[in-house]
Amino acid sequence: MRKYWHVINIGIQNTLVYRVNFLFRALFGLIPLMAVISLWRAVYEGKDTDVRGYTLAQMISYYLVVTIVDLFTAVSEDDWQIAGDIKDGNISQFLLKPIDYLTYRLCLFGAGRLIYTAVASVPVALFIVVQRKYFVLPADWATLSWFVLSMALTALLQFFLSYTLALMAFWLLEVSTLIFIVFAFEYIAGGHLFPLDILPPALAKALFLTPFPYQMFFPVSIYVGKTTGAGLYQGLLIQALWVVAAYGLARFAWQRGVRKYSAVGG
Amino acid sequence: MSSELRVPGPGSVERRQHAFRRYLGIYAALWKNSVVREMGFKANFLLWIVVELLWFGLQLAFIVVIYQHTESIGDWSKWEVVLLVGASHFIQQIFQAFFLSNCVQISEYIRTGKLDFMLLLPINTRFIVSLRHVDLGGFVNAVSSVAVMVYALKQLDYVPSSVQIVGFLLLVMAGVLVHYSLMFLLASISFWTVRAQGIVWGYYSLFNIARLPDAAFRGFFKTFFTFAVPMLLVANVPAKLLADELDSPMDMLLLLGMAVACMVISELGWRFSMKHYTSASS
Repeated sequence: MRKYWHVINIGIQNTLVYRVNFLFRALFGLIPLMAVISLWRAVYEGKDTDVRGYTLAQMISYYLVVTIVDLFTAVSEDDWQIAGDIKDGNISQFLLKPIDYLTYRLCLFGAGRLIYTAVASVPVALFIVVQRKYFVLPADWATLSWFVLSMALTALLQFFLSYTLALMAFWLLEVSTLIFIVFAFEYIAGGHLFPLDILPPALAKALFLTPFPYQMFFPVSIYVGKTTGAGLYQGLLIQALWVVAAYGLARFAWQRGVRKYSAVGG
Repeated sequence: MSSELRVPGPGSVERRQHAFRRYLGIYAALWKNSVVREMGFKANFLLWIVVELLWFGLQLAFIVVIYQHTESIGDWSKWEVVLLVGASHFIQQIFQAFFLSNCVQISEYIRTGKLDFMLLLPINTRFIVSLRHVDLGGFVNAVSSVAVMVYALKQLDYVPSSVQIVGFLLLVMAGVLVHYSLMFLLASISFWTVRAQGIVWGYYSLFNIARLPDAAFRGFFKTFFTFAVPMLLVANVPAKLLADELDSPMDMLLLLGMAVACMVISELGWRFSMKHYTSASS
C-alpha cells in the first residue's frame, strides 16, 4: 500500500523536528537508570548471595535491556495525539478519506519509534559501554532472535492497548488520567521497576494472567536467559494471543466510537 | 495631613509594605481563580489525586520489594527509606501545588507569544509566570505523604521533637525552592529552543533520585547530585533530621546554602533570557 509509505515518510519528517528534544529525553532518562543500578549495587554489597537467581550483572543487565526495549516499543505521544484528534474533531477527515485510521496511526508510531531509537541509541549505547562489565550478552543467536521477535510483539501490544485507551476519548471528556492510571499498572506489573520474578511466586503468577508482563518483562526475561525451553514457546504464544486480542479490542472500540462520534468543532 | 502629600521614595519601608500588600492581594485573587477552575472539573480533580496516589504507592511497593531481599541499603533500614520516600513525595507535592504546572507552561507562553501580554502587566513578570496557577491536588496528596511519614516514624519507634519538626519544615521549604529554581532555569531555555517542554519534563526524572537514600551512591554521581544539582540533599537531609539520623548539622547548612545558590543562579538565568527575548507573535 503506497499511501501508507507516504504516511511513514511524513511521520519520519515530522518527528525529525524533535530530534534535540528526543536527545534530551534520552539523556535525562539515563539518570534514574544510573540511580537504580547504584541502588542494586548497594543491595548486593550487603549480601553474598544473589537475589532470586539474579547475579548483580544479570540484575543490571535487566534494567539496561528494559531501557533498550523501551526505546523500540514505548508509546510516547501517540495516545495523546489520538485523543486530541477525537476531541478536536480532526478525526472527521479520516472518516471521509480512503485511509484506515488504525493503520495510519501504526505507521506514525513506527516512524516515531524509528527516529527516537536512532537518536537515543547514541547516549544509551555509550552508557552500556560504560557499564559493559555488567552487561551480559544473550546466550546464543537463537535467544537473541526470540528476544527480537518478542520485542516486536511487545511493540504491537503496547500500541494496540494505547490506541484502544486513547479511543475512550469518544466517550470521556478527559482521558489523560485514565492513561496515567493504566500506565502506572504497566510500570509496576510490566516489570519496569524490578524483574517480576523477584516477587513472591504467587503474586508473580497472578500478574502473568494479565497482559502487563508481556508489555515489557517477557522479552527482557528471554534476553537475560530467565525464560527458556517450553516456557519460551508457551510465553510467545500467549503474547501473540494478547496481541490479537488487543487488536480485536482496538477495532471494536473504533467501530463503537465512530457511531458515538459527533464531530465537535469539525 | 502632610502624610498624604508625602510620596514615599523608592525602596522606602512604606513603599515596600505597599507593594507587598498589593502582591498578596494579587496572589489571593490567583488562588481564588484556581479554586474556581478546579471545582469546574470535580471528577477530573479527584481522578488526578488517584493518579498521584497510585504512583506514590508504586514507589513504596518498590522499596518493600527491594527490602524483601536485603536488610539495609548502606546504613538505611527499610522504614528509614519509607520515611525518605514520604518526605520526598511531600516536597514534590508542595512543589507541584505551587510551581510545577506554571513552569511547564512557560515554553507554551513563549511559543504562542502570550508572554508579551504578561510582560505588559504592571507586575513583576517572574511573579505572575511562576505563581499563576495553584494546583490544589498537590496539597491533598501532601497529606497522604504525611500519613506515610507518621507511620514510618512509628515503625522506627521515634517521636521527633518539635524543634526537629520545625527544622524539617524549613528544610522542606529549601527543598521546594531548589526544585523550583532548577525547573525554572530549565524552562528559561525555551527562550532559545521552542520545544523545551521535553527538557522540563526531563527534570521530572530527577525526582526519582531525590527519593533514594544517599548511601547508595558514590563517586562522581554522588558529588554531582550533591554539589551541582543537589537532588541527593533535597529529601535526604530533612528525612534524616526527622529520624534523628543526621551525622552533622553541616548537611542542613549545605542544603540551605545550595537553595540560595540555586535561586540566585535561576534569577540570573531569567534576567539573561529576558534580555534576549524576541516576541514570537507579530
